[in-house]
Amino acid sequence: MSGERSSWPLYEVFVRPRRGLNHVHVGSLHASDDTMALLAARDLYTRRNEGVSLWVVRSDAITASSPDEQDPFFAPSGDKVYRHPTFYPIPEDVPHI
Amino acid sequence: METQAQAQAQFDAVVAAEQRVEPRDWMPDAYRATLVRQIAQHAHSEIIGMQPEGNWLTRAPSLRRKAILLAKAQDEAGHGLYLYAAAETLGVDRAELTEKLIDGRQKYSSIFNYPTLTFADVGVIGWLVDGAAICNQVPLCRCSYGPYARAMVRICKEESFHQRQGYELLMTLMAGTDAQRAMVQDAVDRWWWPSLMMFGPPDGASPNSERSMAWRIKRHSNDELRQRFVDMTVPQAEHLGVVLPDPELAWNAERGSWDFGEPDWSELQQVIKGHGPCNAQRIERRRAAHEDGAWVREAASAYAAKQAAREGSSG
Repeated sequence: MSGERSSWPLYEVFVRPRRGLNHVHVGSLHASDDTMALLAARDLYTRRNEGVSLWVVRSDAITASSPDEQDPFFAPSGDKVYRHPTFYPIPEDVPHI
Repeated sequence: METQAQAQAQFDAVVAAEQRVEPRDWMPDAYRATLVRQIAQHAHSEIIGMQPEGNWLTRAPSLRRKAILLAKAQDEAGHGLYLYAAAETLGVDRAELTEKLIDGRQKYSSIFNYPTLTFADVGVIGWLVDGAAICNQVPLCRCSYGPYARAMVRICKEESFHQRQGYELLMTLMAGTDAQRAMVQDAVDRWWWPSLMMFGPPDGASPNSERSMAWRIKRHSNDELRQRFVDMTVPQAEHLGVVLPDPELAWNAERGSWDFGEPDWSELQQVIKGHGPCNAQRIERRRAAHEDGAWVREAASAYAAKQAAREGSSG
């Protein structure tokens, strides 16, 4: 009983809520193939006009960084405060900057 | 290499800072096990919860009511799937959870073991049962486990429709004949106490609550949530014109809350143990649906395998 269902791959679902916005990850589902994944995603994640466009992508096709917040992967951006506008002191009375 | 103590300290810090724990983070085994049990039980409740109302789908009195009830049952299927997906991020398999439900190794909410005898029950379930569920679920939107919290945000948005359609159904009946009003009162009499039991045993008899609150899975005690539900519901009952079947219900000006009677906890224990009016029927129906649907799942798998083979040979 468990075998046939487990063999269905996991898909991640992304919805574009309306024109002008990015697709946003909303959740995941199991489906037998890409077409079924799209149909199931429509029924599961857009029952109330939540989107104008859907992406489904197999979870095993995603390459991810480690989620750990101490991850040294993100260290290169940690010490470059000069990339932020607030790094530069500008007198209060200089307009429009 | 990170030590166990460092990992635990980081987990504690994330929880204390009101941040969210995410699937690939280290977490204590007991935290994971508690979440799997709670989310699975929650998912099962949504799936089994389709049955009491499904009982009225073909007999709803108008096309409008039929369409509404069908939409509600579809939402519940959807809520079950969001929750199974959240449980799977903890390393369990949905098929395995379904088996555990069917085998009686995992529970679902005791409320769904009561029968829906009249169409007024559909309204009362929306008003009281979904109302109680909302009280329980809104704080879960801030649960420390990210995937569960996110599933709850989606669910809570949709539950509001469930409660309002129920109340509106009851207002319609209350504006009807004496027989219809009596039908509503009868349904309220039967569902009131089981609805109060949905919040679980009293705080003194709820052994896991404290730990769940420390982990910020749970935000309020069972008794706090029960009180909140009673305070919200009494004015709604007055507006509707029904009597809540509790002679001890009285306004307590000092507390600024309603005093209410003690539910029959032995009844809750009986229903949890499997001796409620509909336990066997609910599980049997779930098993039949699962087995009757097997050929559809097999056909979809066979089709996918055939397509993949074709692409393989042509490419």
